[in-house]
Amino acid sequence: MRYAMAVDTKKCVGCSDCVVACQTENNVPIGYCRDWIVEVVDGTYPQLELEIRSERCNHCANSPCVRCCPTGASHYSDGGIVLVTHDECIGCGACIASCPYDARYPHPDGYVDKCTFCIHRVREGQQPACVEVCPTKCLYFGDLEDPESDVSKVLKKRKYKTLIPEAGTDPQLYFLI
Amino acid sequence: MKEELIVSGRLNEYIDPNLHIWGWEIPLYLFLGGLAAGILFFAALFYLQGKENEYKAAVKWAPLLTPIFLILGLTALFLDLHHKPYFWQLYTNIKFQSPMSWGAWTLMVVTPLSIIWSATYIREVFPKWDWKYRWLYQLEEFFQSKRTEMAWILVVFSVILGIYTGILLSAFNARPLWNTSILGPLFLASGLSAGAALIMMMSKNKLERKLFSKLDLILITLELFFIVHLFMGFLASTQVQIEAAELFLGGPYTLPFWIFVVFIGMIIPAFLEWWELKGHHIPAYLPAMLILFGNIMLRFLITYAGQASRYLY
Amino acid sequence: MTYENILIFISNHIMKSTRRDFIKIAAVGAGGLATSGGLFSWARANFFEEVPNAPGMTRTPTYCEICFWKCAGWVYKNEKGEIQKIIGNDEDPHCNGRLCPRGTGGVGMYYDEDRLKTPLVRRTVNGKQVFEPASWDEALDVVAQNLKKVAKEHGPECVALFTHGSGGKFFGDLLKAFGSENITAPSFAQCRGPREVAFLSTFGEIIASPERTDIRDTRCLVLIGSHIGENMHNGQVQEMSDAIDNGATIITVDPRYSTAASKSKYWLPIKPSTDIALLLAWINVIINEEWYDKKYVEKYCYGLEELKNHVKTFTPEWAYGITTIRPDVIYETAREMANASPAVIIHPGRHVTWYGDDTQRLRAVAILNALLGSWGRRGGFYSPEKKDLPSYPHPEFPKPKRTWRDAHPGKYNLALEVVSNDICDSTIPSPDRACNFKAWIVNGTNLIFTLPDQKKTLEAIQSLEFMVVIDTMPMEITGYADVVLPECTYLERYDYCRTDQHREPNIALRMPAAEPKYDSKPAWWIAKKLASKLDLDEYFKWNDIEELLDWQLKKVGTSLEEMKKVGVKKFPREYDDLYFYDDQEIQFNTNTGKIELYSTDLAAEGFVPMPVYTPHEEPQTGFYRLNYGRSPVHTFSRTANNPNLTDLMDENVLWVNPKVAKEWSLKAGQKIWLENQDGVLSTFPIKVRITERIRFDSVYMVHGFGHAEKRLTRSYGKGVSDTELITNVKTDPIMGGTGMRSNFVTFHVEDPHRKEVES
Repeated sequence: MRYAMAVDTKKCVGCSDCVVACQTENNVPIGYCRDWIVEVVDGTYPQLELEIRSERCNHCANSPCVRCCPTGASHYSDGGIVLVTHDECIGCGACIASCPYDARYPHPDGYVDKCTFCIHRVREGQQPACVEVCPTKCLYFGDLEDPESDVSKVLKKRKYKTLIPEAGTDPQLYFLI
Repeated sequence: MKEELIVSGRLNEYIDPNLHIWGWEIPLYLFLGGLAAGILFFAALFYLQGKENEYKAAVKWAPLLTPIFLILGLTALFLDLHHKPYFWQLYTNIKFQSPMSWGAWTLMVVTPLSIIWSATYIREVFPKWDWKYRWLYQLEEFFQSKRTEMAWILVVFSVILGIYTGILLSAFNARPLWNTSILGPLFLASGLSAGAALIMMMSKNKLERKLFSKLDLILITLELFFIVHLFMGFLASTQVQIEAAELFLGGPYTLPFWIFVVFIGMIIPAFLEWWELKGHHIPAYLPAMLILFGNIMLRFLITYAGQASRYLY
Repeated sequence: MTYENILIFISNHIMKSTRRDFIKIAAVGAGGLATSGGLFSWARANFFEEVPNAPGMTRTPTYCEICFWKCAGWVYKNEKGEIQKIIGNDEDPHCNGRLCPRGTGGVGMYYDEDRLKTPLVRRTVNGKQVFEPASWDEALDVVAQNLKKVAKEHGPECVALFTHGSGGKFFGDLLKAFGSENITAPSFAQCRGPREVAFLSTFGEIIASPERTDIRDTRCLVLIGSHIGENMHNGQVQEMSDAIDNGATIITVDPRYSTAASKSKYWLPIKPSTDIALLLAWINVIINEEWYDKKYVEKYCYGLEELKNHVKTFTPEWAYGITTIRPDVIYETAREMANASPAVIIHPGRHVTWYGDDTQRLRAVAILNALLGSWGRRGGFYSPEKKDLPSYPHPEFPKPKRTWRDAHPGKYNLALEVVSNDICDSTIPSPDRACNFKAWIVNGTNLIFTLPDQKKTLEAIQSLEFMVVIDTMPMEITGYADVVLPECTYLERYDYCRTDQHREPNIALRMPAAEPKYDSKPAWWIAKKLASKLDLDEYFKWNDIEELLDWQLKKVGTSLEEMKKVGVKKFPREYDDLYFYDDQEIQFNTNTGKIELYSTDLAAEGFVPMPVYTPHEEPQTGFYRLNYGRSPVHTFSRTANNPNLTDLMDENVLWVNPKVAKEWSLKAGQKIWLENQDGVLSTFPIKVRITERIRFDSVYMVHGFGHAEKRLTRSYGKGVSDTELITNVKTDPIMGGTGMRSNFVTFHVEDPHRKEVES
């Protein structure tokens, strides 16, 4: 099993619904977030390109955050989902410094927090909250090892990229382009 | 024009616009750790060479300070933790891939050793010292007989500690400025140089002062060599590394780095020590203080600038 | 004198003459601190791995009140009974189970600790006007006495209701019972009015809401200044995404590189205010090339010959000189539309009050749709249907002696709804009017930020004898009220069921998920209590809202009990099909019974029967056209203080082209002040965003920011209010709409307010 997510940049309008749905689903306090929207504009008026990306933890297969965690709080869970066990986290910040995507943040309660791919929902057979709420249906989630999963099918059909593959983290968040 | 912005989310002071997860605590901890490592390395080394009475400052006096440095360093590290009540988790886990874990365990070895090492010499330094209890005297006697063993462990672990202060940072490939293995040797050299400087400052023995003065000269030369290589390596690497190097080559950290670290912290003290070796009188504390200052600045600047360096995407 | 002192001096001396001082709802603040527990208690969950939203959650149905799309959803409460999240109802055709960010963040409206907490009554204490907290009984007594007084002295027709929200229906019932039909929503004359009038005069039907655009199945979607995706009209955004998946062509006409433009095959970066020229050129090409749906036009349309003659000279080459869009692009995009015909939508837009000739522009849009045969066709415009619920039995409403139209006879005869700005105009006394409006009831619309030309709005308010504002938040308008009534949020109340049109007729229930916080009350309760105090009990015979809703629902074969379980119920279509069938005989609801390319309605009213291009004002040197739009995370000015949504976006920024920025030496993120062509300065500064996405002759900002009410603690002083800079209003002579895009701003890099004080 290998969970992954694909983001269709051709459909994403950057509405931030994924951000707020994640906050209310996962009790993320106001002022913090586990996912976010990036907008990249390139060109000169009127020859322009705009890419909008909904970003979050890449649940890397070779995660620097898991590697550098001194207590094992950061770990791989079902299908390669990278999680933080709050009661093992000492809040040293090493994982935050180690993430090339800046996907982690110190929760006001002290531990380090990040996207969980809504593992509590996934285990119940549901989609992550961001995927389920997205008005443009631009987020696809599923098991890469299952050829029938949404994410496998869309990655077979479409061109895609990952972010900073050169960082060697083997990210599992794919951007359809 | 290319414009890249975070439209929503990530309004997090620790992450944006630059990573700022580590404040003053980590660089202070790195400095104190490196300094202690430097002192303990020389103490153990010269003890093993049988020069404990020749180089008293190195073997007996300066190590008395290392427990304080290490405890202060650990306190700084503790203050940096966001989830303090779970601090003990560091010592219920050994993670070989995590420099933070390595460091915690290394300190677990070095700190008690530094205390014991100092304790075995304390009555020599302070003749009026009284252990009060008989069993303490027995313990002292026991450890005094084990100094050679302790010295061997210290030589190894102080080098690990010294290198670790650099490796802690260089393990993060997400921060291109840190992501160079030369940071380990550079911080080791810098820690040794700081240790040597402090010993030199404390020493009342001309011969010892001269030795550490020479050692410092060599170490500073080594550091400069590493720094040149650091930038050569960056500039010959990928765009992210080039941009990281530019933080110090025209970027916002240029002046502090070249003036405080290289000029004031290395070149001037090196010159002063060369001058002294030529037979001129220079107060010992002057180059020593400059070296310590340069050392602390190096840690701060590398920690801060490293957090400002990032991948481009 | 310091700046603050000067302000106090000014307000004490100059504003003394006004009857109604602006009161910064100070009296309410005292109890406000103790209530912030709700939001941060989320953070304290302690779990080993991640088990948020553990079992024990309960849900109740609602439909969203954050915007007019009114998506139905479920409010989830955790085991402690606290509202945790709102999730779309899968059965709801408005949202298909997916709320937009504002709907998802609707929880913030409930938890906002800046909410109005208790009724407030304006009183003069020691010569100073203040709001005093009052009981509901007291406050409603004051409202009833004042309304009765106005009715007695001037007639009940002199009371007007401004409303934008579900609660407005109850106040509407109340006002009709009281004897006035002057019920207005800014959604007509400040928003979609021109398109409704244009489509009514062309097709005999309006677009209404949610729009009947069949975007899901379209093959070509043409957006003219419409920024779907930034305006988060949920169903349309969802369907545009489906259309992208289906490979539909999108053509976007916008001087700004909107999000929709970035998804488009063709982006036409048109010179602002020249859209009609482009539309006429498209009509010209489609007629000349005979690309129009000949069978459809012949069978259903009236006035093709007149139109042919009319557009003869409006060639792409002619339009090029006006719009800066190259003729070959005009030609090519016209062909794209024709190839997709009839599955093509030239979108009518929503906020279309731009230049004062908006009805005519939307007529051109309607004509283009008619020529391409998209009205009543799959992938074009479907025929919507709605399920009406009967009104609870009540005596017939009294017939008012006068309506708003009598204020100036003969004007805006084609307006379909009450023109809000016209109510405002007729509130200001003038010798040529028999009666002015003397009292306003304002519910859920912050008129200060809604109506352009703030000076006039304030003048009207000063002319009133009485104003009561019913709102959930201390919006600017509340500061001018005589009585402020705190309404509870939609998560704490029942309202009438949603019965909006859609492909399938459907109704949605809103029920309270929680008890009203503070001393706030639902609209139905306020209206019924007030009715009682106005001796209008017979119009509100139901005992409580549940009885009313159950009665209505049982009349259509369901019940309150069933609706509580399902939230949304769909009904079979009763009348026609979703689309016209081949060769269907159709009698359109127009004078000619046909789709009118040539409008007999407009001709009869003395307007040109077919649209023409007229040039509009252009910016002077150093000035830039002020364009404004929507953010997907905010609705008007009403969400600017919502903690969840402010977290996503807490201020607006000014989009400036890099060339302009260079000329002015502006840096990204720099704060600047704006001044418009009439010398009106922005109250607050705004941060500059230097971006290629905006044309060099315009600037752009999101509407709804720059709040000056300090009690809106999260939004006070954040960004600039576009409304305060809109003083040049181009009124549409056909329907009274307020064209707001002929305003131009220049920049101040230093605080101009400070300069004034010093000099």
